[in-house]
Parts: sequence; C-alpha cells; structure tokens
Amino acid sequence: MEYFTQQLINGLTLGSIYGLIAIGYTMVYGIVGMINFAHGEIYMIGAFIGIITFSLLGAVGITWVPLAILLVLIVSMFFTAVHGWAVERIAYRPLRGSFRLAPLISAIGMSIALQNYVQIIQGARIKPMQPVTRGNIPLMEANGFQVNISYLQIIIIVLTIALMAVFSLIIARTALGRSQRACEQDRTMASLLGVNVDRTISLTFVMGAALAAVAGVMVTMYYGVIDFFIGFLAGLKAFTAAVLGGIGSLPGAMLGGMLIGLIEAFWSAYFSIEYKDVAVFGILVVVLIFLPTGLLGKPEVEKV
Amino acid sequence: MAEATLPGVREDSPLVALLKDAGIAAAIAFLLALPLMGFQTLDSGTTVELQYRFHWVAIATVGVFFGRIVFTLLYRRAGAARSKAPGIVGQGMARVGEGLGRFLVPAFILFALILPFLPFADRREIDLATYVLIYVMLGWGLNIVVGLAGLLDLGYVAFYAIGAYSYALLAKTFGFSFWLCLPLAGILAAFLGILLGFPVLRLRGDYLAIVTLGFGEIIRVILVNWQPVTGGPNGISGVPRPTFFGLPFTNDPAEGETAFHEFFNLDFASLHRFIFLYYVILALVLVTNAVTLRLRKMPIGRAWEALREDEIACRSLGINPTNTKLTAFAIGAMFGGFAGSFFATRQGFISPESFTFIESAVILAIVVLGGMGSQAGVVVATLFLVLLPELAREFAQFRMLIFGAAMVLIMVWRPQGLLAHRAPTVSLGPGSGGAR
Repeated sequence: MEYFTQQLINGLTLGSIYGLIAIGYTMVYGIVGMINFAHGEIYMIGAFIGIITFSLLGAVGITWVPLAILLVLIVSMFFTAVHGWAVERIAYRPLRGSFRLAPLISAIGMSIALQNYVQIIQGARIKPMQPVTRGNIPLMEANGFQVNISYLQIIIIVLTIALMAVFSLIIARTALGRSQRACEQDRTMASLLGVNVDRTISLTFVMGAALAAVAGVMVTMYYGVIDFFIGFLAGLKAFTAAVLGGIGSLPGAMLGGMLIGLIEAFWSAYFSIEYKDVAVFGILVVVLIFLPTGLLGKPEVEKV
Repeated sequence: MAEATLPGVREDSPLVALLKDAGIAAAIAFLLALPLMGFQTLDSGTTVELQYRFHWVAIATVGVFFGRIVFTLLYRRAGAARSKAPGIVGQGMARVGEGLGRFLVPAFILFALILPFLPFADRREIDLATYVLIYVMLGWGLNIVVGLAGLLDLGYVAFYAIGAYSYALLAKTFGFSFWLCLPLAGILAAFLGILLGFPVLRLRGDYLAIVTLGFGEIIRVILVNWQPVTGGPNGISGVPRPTFFGLPFTNDPAEGETAFHEFFNLDFASLHRFIFLYYVILALVLVTNAVTLRLRKMPIGRAWEALREDEIACRSLGINPTNTKLTAFAIGAMFGGFAGSFFATRQGFISPESFTFIESAVILAIVVLGGMGSQAGVVVATLFLVLLPELAREFAQFRMLIFGAAMVLIMVWRPQGLLAHRAPTVSLGPGSGGAR
C-alpha cells in the first residue's frame, strides 16, 4: 500500500509533465489538424533555456528559491514561446491549405533540425543541474517504508493544475479563446466573420510552447539532467497522451498525460522498467481499438 | 551589401517597408539567438557553467537582417516572373517527367547495370550505390502504403528491422542460405504487418500514424531489451555473408568448398562481393518496381488508389476497406522485410541503432518529397536525401541539421513533392484525374 501510494505520487508528477506537453499537441491538432512533430523539441528547448536561466540567476546572485523558479519560468516561457512562434511561421504557415502530409513532413524536418541545432550550439553531453529544492514531506510510514512527497512534486502538480485552470479559462472566456474555438470549428467561416485566423493559430502555438517550456523547466528540476535528445521520447509520449485522451480535447490531454504517467510509474515499479515504453504504446493501441477517438474525444462525423 | 541591392528597391516598394520588415525579422532572430546561442552550457561535474558568446547573437541578428532584405528582393523578382503561370510548374514538371520517362528509365537502368564496371567505380562508389538502392527499395515499399493506399505509416522501419533480424537469426541459428532467408524474412515481415494492421487499420489517418509510430518504438525497445535473442544494444555480429549460389567470396575457402574466384578463374578481389551485393539489391529493386507497377494495374491496386481518394465511395461500391488496406500494409511490409534482410547480409552486423525513428522519418520523407505515388520521384528524392548527406560527410556535424532544414525547405517550396503524381492511374475522362 505504501509502495503503491509512492508510485501514485511519482506517476502523477510524471503525468503532469506529460499533460503539459500534451496540451500543446492537442490545441494545435484541434485548430490546424496537424501533428506538430517539433513540439517535443520545443519542450527540450524550454528545458535548455531553463537550465541556462538557472545558471545565470546563480551567477547574478538570486538564490531565493521561489523567486528563482518564478523568474526561470517566466524567462523560459517567453523565449520558448518565441521559438514556437517562429517554428509555426517558418515551417507550417506556408503550408496551410496544402495536402495533409505536407505539414507533417515539414514538422519532422523541423524536429530533426532543431534537435541538431541544439546539439551543435550546446554540445551533445548531458547537462547536469544541482537540485533547487531538497525537502520532503513524509506522508505515512509503515513496515519501514516511508512515503514521501517532495516539495518539487507538490510544486509540479499544483502548478500544472493552476495552469490547466488558467488555460481552460482562456479558452472558455476570453476573446482569444472564442476565436480559437471558432477556428477549430470552421476556419473559413471564422475568417469571414472577422477572426484573424493567422494570428489565432500563431497564438495557439505560442500558448502550447509556453506550456511545454513549463514542462521543460519542471523536468530539469525534477531529474536534474537534460540533453538535446529528451524531446523525442517525451514528445512521443505526450502525443500518445493527447491521442489517448482524445485529441483536440484539453481535459482529455491532461487525463491522457496523467494516465501515461501512472502507467509508466506502475509498470516500472511492478513489472519491468525496460518495457515501460512498450506498455505505454500497447495500452494506447488497446484503447484506440475500443475507443477510436480516445477517452474524451468527440467522434468525427464524416460527411460526403 | 545593402547599398548593392538598393537600386532595385526604389522601383518595387518603399524602402522603409523593406527595412521595417527586415528589422522585425532581425528582432525575432535576436530573441531566438539570445538564450541558446548567447550562452553555452559547459558541464563541470555536478552543474553547468555558462560561457558567453554574444558575438554569435550579433552575427545571427545582422545576418538575418541582411539575409531577409536579399531574400525579399530575390523572391519579389522571382515571384513577378512566376506569377504569370501559377500552378503550371508542378504539372509541367510531372508531364516532362512522363515524356522523358520513356527515354530516361531505360537509360537509368542501363547505367545502374554497368555501374560497377565504369572506370570511376571503386569500392566507395559501389557501396554508396548499394546504400542508395536500399533506400529506393524501402521508399518503393512504403510508397505502396503511403503513396498508393494513402495510409500514413510512421513505423515502417519496424518491418525493415524485422527483416534484418529474421535473416540474421535464421542464418546464424539454422544456417539457412540468403536465398532461403530472403522470402522467409519477407513473409515474417508481412505477417507482422497483418498482425499490426488488423486491429489498427480501422483508425483514421493520424491515429494510424501514431499507432504505427508506437509500433516502431515497441519493436526497437524489444530489440534493445530481449538480450538472449537479439543481443540487446550490442546487436548481432558475424551475420553470414551471402554466397554466389553456394560459392563463398573468401580468399581461403574452407575444406571442400570452392571460392567464387577459384570457380571463375579470377584473381581474388574483395570487390567481387560488393559487386555481387550491388547486383542483388539492384535485382531486388527492379523486382519491387515491376511488382508495384503490375499491382497498380490489377484490381487490388486500383482499389488502393480509389481508397486513397475516397473511402466512403469505395465502401459504397463494395470494396472492403480493411482487407484492401491490409494487403497494402502487408505488401509494403514484405518489401521492407526484403530490404532488411539484404541490409543485414551487407552489413554483417546489425543493432537496434540502425532502426530508429529517424530511419522511418527519412523513408517517409523520401516518399513524400518524391511526390506520393510516383516511382521516379522516390528515386530522385533518395538521390537527394541519401546521397547529399553522404557526400557532405566533411560537414558531419551539420549533416542532420542540413538534412532537417532541407526537408522543411523542400516541403515549403514544393508541398506536392518533387515529381507530383497524385492522379489515379485510371480516371474517367479528362479533368477528373486531378480531383482530390
């Protein structure tokens, strides 16, 4: 039971990170209908900007942890969002309206290019970081096994929930959210009614990238190491999470992320750590066979 | 640099607008370059140290500023020339391709046939040609799935891997010959294609993509972790080399065996094996092409293309979408398996390293860049994507960066592929062919 609880906490933490990345996939898919393959790389760039900002703050002398984390988040979100915007502008916008596979190939190319760009300018070696927070809160103890939740895990989970709430509000209440939902339903009609479609899509990429940056910073703090290759697998899993939850659905992405995180944590804990990725994809296949649109996805009605 | 281009500006557009545009581009470049180029992380034990490289940021910003000006001017000039006949270029190119095809294809095949005997052909050239042909074969195999049947498969490398490992294991464990293993590997790959395809082919486009991608990863993870059989990350070495119908290519054949060079009274040369391998893959490639071209004329091939164009119409005409897709999937997988077993025998060593997602992406890129469904396009795209990085080995560090950037640029430049050939093989009357 104690072991179970500990894994539950670990899984939720991991799931929060996947969920944050998955939101970027799901929003872009919902609005443009394409898999933004470079999103994993955006997350990796967020992590790198995070680690650079942490070092910079250390050099400047800002060591009060909450302030440091806040500053790092803001800086990383801003610069990563610029990257997200630029990727959309360069690789996807010229391809809007061309056939379905074109933006996907362009995205794969962008992903390869970004990965190697970071490898060249930042080096291929693993970047380590000193832990920012160390504390634990013991939750329960039995049979000599202590269940801990670290401050960092609390920060990650709380921040994820807060961001989810903020973004749900943006989508539901603001003018931007209305434009986004309008573009999602019918882009041509939305533009006829005065919605600036290009701007809305750009902002969607910016929002997705900012969330990915948060995930990147969190991962940097959580694991303490990053390298230029982390984007691929994390992106793949986050996309799996988005599909699992029903692509295009914001709560679905979060749910899918949590599920993937939990599956991974429990599979590693109870079965074999080597095959955790197999388990994740296996469950995805099973879910898709029985629920072809994911857990919370709307069924797509095809009209002739 | 700016002065040199100014005279052209005054005629076309206000100079201010141009400078403003370039200024915005430079500002964005500055924001992009500042964090990642401006600071380099150097790891020192448990933490990272920063090195400042602000001159890089300055170079990037200034470079983008002037690059943007030059680009805008060039683009405007090119755009003015092209705007007279928009959209014709792609069709024209495809038509030229068809017209030249009658003459070019036999020339190409002839060239491929005599390549090993050309004066400049050395070990390196033959190796490179073999390498290109493997990708042509993979591209044609995937072309059946993506180009003809319109199924987005992001895990094609899984079948390639299965072919390679089944050859390596069958040949090493049971001592089967290459020619026996080749069909077996193909059958195994096709079987796995069916096994995977059966549950997932009901899914629509992008879901199918992610499931196949996941399948590719599953296969790779299994290859890495199933140590006793696959050798884990170390892979399998000492994969048996092919023999020329029982005649080995060795200098010192075992007792009772006759080596290739002894049988034909030649001096021993290690090149013989490479030439032989080259002809094997050439034959495989030609067979793949012949089979694909025949299949396209058969009802099943017509059904694939029809399915790609409109699934609902197909269903109402009595075509079983699942079975039709399954055959495409299985046949594509089979060619992947053939290519895989050839790869194993050529390398003599295989490891999961060779079967990563990047391979799938490269093969898919070959198909899409070539123009989906176009056989000639695959060859052109392969030459472009495989040969170019291979020749640019000197820039090894920038190889993949250039590769990725090239993929983006080609897509932006010609989204329909280098040789667009999306029209179905048959169509009713003129005009209905280009309908999507």
